[in-house]
Amino acid sequence: MPRRIVIGIRGVGHRVVDSIWRLGYASRFFLLILLKSGTSLRRFGLITREIYFTGVLSLIIILVSGLFVGMVLGLQGYETLQRYGAESAVGTMVALSLLRELGPVVAALLFASRAGSAITAEIGLMKATEQLAAMEMMAVDPVARVVAPRFWAGVISMPFLAALFSAVGVFGGYLVAVVLIGVDEGSFWSQMQDAVDFRYDVVNGIIKTCVFGVAVTAIAVFEGYDASPTAEGVSGATTRTVVTSSLAILGLDFILTSLMFRGMS
Amino acid sequence: MQRATMDLWVGMFVMAGIGALLVLAFKVGNLGTYSAADSYTLTGNFENIGGLKVRAPVKSAGVVVGRVTDIQFSTETFDALVVVSIDKRYQFPKDTFASILTSGLIGEQYIGLAAGGDEAVLMDGDKLMKTNSALVLEEMIGRFLFDKASEGGGRENAGSD
Repeated sequence: MPRRIVIGIRGVGHRVVDSIWRLGYASRFFLLILLKSGTSLRRFGLITREIYFTGVLSLIIILVSGLFVGMVLGLQGYETLQRYGAESAVGTMVALSLLRELGPVVAALLFASRAGSAITAEIGLMKATEQLAAMEMMAVDPVARVVAPRFWAGVISMPFLAALFSAVGVFGGYLVAVVLIGVDEGSFWSQMQDAVDFRYDVVNGIIKTCVFGVAVTAIAVFEGYDASPTAEGVSGATTRTVVTSSLAILGLDFILTSLMFRGMS
Repeated sequence: MQRATMDLWVGMFVMAGIGALLVLAFKVGNLGTYSAADSYTLTGNFENIGGLKVRAPVKSAGVVVGRVTDIQFSTETFDALVVVSIDKRYQFPKDTFASILTSGLIGEQYIGLAAGGDEAVLMDGDKLMKTNSALVLEEMIGRFLFDKASEGGGRENAGSD
């Protein structure tokens, strides 16, 4: 019986040490990317190519989701606000919830599952088929050639995607509230502009998306680079990317929100 | 895919993103309507600000002319010190009357400016001398009930005489 307890405790210790070791490895890998990104920033063509794959190809899902999220916000906001006779505030509600929370968070979640998983799978498969090892044989650093351009492309794409998500969402809210339901167009826009402050709402939202962009792509490239070079390993790494980066987005969002929006007075 | 096509798509993507940011800043946000750059600040002491918040609008004749930038409690006069920034285009006389008003029955509170007749205008850093507190609903109801009660009491007294 005591022996079993000892084994159990040993298992717990092993897991804790393992995860701390992995965290340290991940942060060292992150620093390595930053150190080696000089080359890829000089050869900007590599980053452009990756922006095409992570940013441009994510556009469809981001735009469609943004439109529908905005339209649903318009419907739900109208449904609740008209009880208090404040249906012209629906524009304010749609714009503030998109700019502060839904735009950055939902766009980042979609980005993690659309582009993050693709990055992990690509790098993991390169590792499994020994393309990374072949590059090293040819004295080409795989971190500088493969990992860093993907990282920077994700970091650059994320704020643009979130901005498009929010803008399309506001348009969706406008479609439902003004065109479909018939809220007054003038008060829809003017109340929105009265309530939305550029520095307080728009800039804070952009800061959030930049943080999410760094977190998602850093996790994606690390999981890909760290994947065991088997079919099973790559699939596991892809799953871990989506799960870890989604949790990271939600956790970081809570921290950032509590730092940014603590009541105005 | 051809390198040139890819570059074209990326360029369009980045430009669309910047366009979305501009839309958010000017159409959704308030960057186009009001900027803090060309404004001057005024201060005013209010006995009670009610539910006034930082960034609440300052209106004159219903037109937004500025915003509340800071609210503090003054330990010298034991009232609220409100700092507002007013658009440079709008000048107000020295004896402008500032009062805290409510838009609608449950709407947000704002500062209303009613221009006086003085020749001299308010400059940057000046103080609004004539202020009027917010109407606090509880106080009003309390006063109303008190008046009613004393009225009723008076009649009772008159009846017993």
